Amino acid sequence: MPRRVGKYTVELPSRPFIAGRAAIGGTIEGEGPLGQQLDDIFPEPKFDESSWEKAEVRLQLAAIVRALVASQRKAEEIELFFGGDLLNQCTATSFAQRDYSMPLAGVYGACSTFALALALAALSVDGGGFRRTMAAASSHFCSAEKQFRFPLEYGGQPTPTAQRTATAAGAVVIDTDEGNALSAHSAHVSQVIFGRVMDLGVNDANEMGAAMAPAAADTLIRFLRDTKTSPADYDQILTGDLGEIGSTLFRGLVRKEAGLDVSPVHQDCGVLLYDTARQDAGVGGSGIGCSAAVLCADALPKLERGELKRVLFLGTGALLSAISPMQSETIPAIAHGVLLVGE
Amino acid sequence: MKTDKTQYQNMVKLASPPSTHLKNWALSFLIGGAVCAFGEGLSLFFKHLRMSEEQARAMVPVTLIVLTAVFTAFGLYDRLAKHAGAGLGVPITGFANSIVSPAMEFQSEGRILGVGMNLFRLAGPVLVYGSAVCTLYGVIYYFFIR
Repeated sequence: MPRRVGKYTVELPSRPFIAGRAAIGGTIEGEGPLGQQLDDIFPEPKFDESSWEKAEVRLQLAAIVRALVASQRKAEEIELFFGGDLLNQCTATSFAQRDYSMPLAGVYGACSTFALALALAALSVDGGGFRRTMAAASSHFCSAEKQFRFPLEYGGQPTPTAQRTATAAGAVVIDTDEGNALSAHSAHVSQVIFGRVMDLGVNDANEMGAAMAPAAADTLIRFLRDTKTSPADYDQILTGDLGEIGSTLFRGLVRKEAGLDVSPVHQDCGVLLYDTARQDAGVGGSGIGCSAAVLCADALPKLERGELKRVLFLGTGALLSAISPMQSETIPAIAHGVLLVGE
Repeated sequence: MKTDKTQYQNMVKLASPPSTHLKNWALSFLIGGAVCAFGEGLSLFFKHLRMSEEQARAMVPVTLIVLTAVFTAFGLYDRLAKHAGAGLGVPITGFANSIVSPAMEFQSEGRILGVGMNLFRLAGPVLVYGSAVCTLYGVIYYFFIR
């Protein structure tokens, strides 16, 4: 049963574990620094489908299937599936589930969706009502551009603060620890914390990192206070998709608000996914798939191998819509935290 | 949070790299100029083919539009425009691209609800305010200038 720590954090004493994981990416993600670690790379943006949206469904399905195979479970054994994506009404997630019979709980937290799904999937298992759950999320550069920005072939000039929406998906199977042979060398979900909506007045949709940094800082500070720990107690504090500018702001905010230095342990999925000096990815990656794929391709394997022991994953999301910036709304953001521990 | 919105805006300004204005201006001037020079060349070429001044003047934008459509269709236009900025956006090439790109993008929603409804998605503001200003000028011309 989950147990409350401090004001906001919840501990999961049964230590649900990641029984299977998978990360899929597109061509540019495959050419990036983590390319070799992805489980599969989809070389062509449309994957022979008739629309970008269908391609994203394929992407998420591929991650689900591979995670299931890795966990040595069948789809029928999954008792609850948490998933989400950036498309209107989360269609990539629900359409992907047409092929399966898993009970579905669709969730939306913009780019923090994977952290949200992961936290809920682990909580469900720890609560005892479910033995096995899944969390998955995806994003596709082309379907996101179409929905939030301009047609793909439109010739515009990106601003220097723009990030690239990742064509990527990640999925994990969460299982109960007890009596499962796979759990010995897996990552466990130890604590979770949910985000509060933060808005420090950023109104430019090309400044996502800046919009999300306060949310990440707020969640981290609340988590550290609740657990009476400091950044040095973690091998890695992994933010979702702040990019280079958002990362600088996040570190600055944590220093200013709590007097803590996170720079030695802070990494950002958006910065890890691309080599921004070499690749055309702005100041880093973004999108739901970005943090999902980086967590599944980089942090989780490192936890399994024992290279990292404690990783605090902070999925960050900018909660804007395609029309809200046009209505002069500023961009609220959220960050959900999941503490993952290795053996 | 102790940090208020104004303080944070200052932090954001400090952390964000400035737009590379000089480079952008130079590139758009050079590429925009090249497009215009190419148009001038086309005009001479059409006149060489014994077209009248009027015909040649009509053929230049038509050729630029067709070329833009081809470049857009092959995915080359946006790569060039990323560097050219206003250099490709201001000439008729920008307008052509703003029509061809949604036409390609919304194929998947069908001919009517997709292409038909979205064709002027980007060019719409130019058409709306362009015709509005023309109408206004027409009225002024009719009453005061004619």
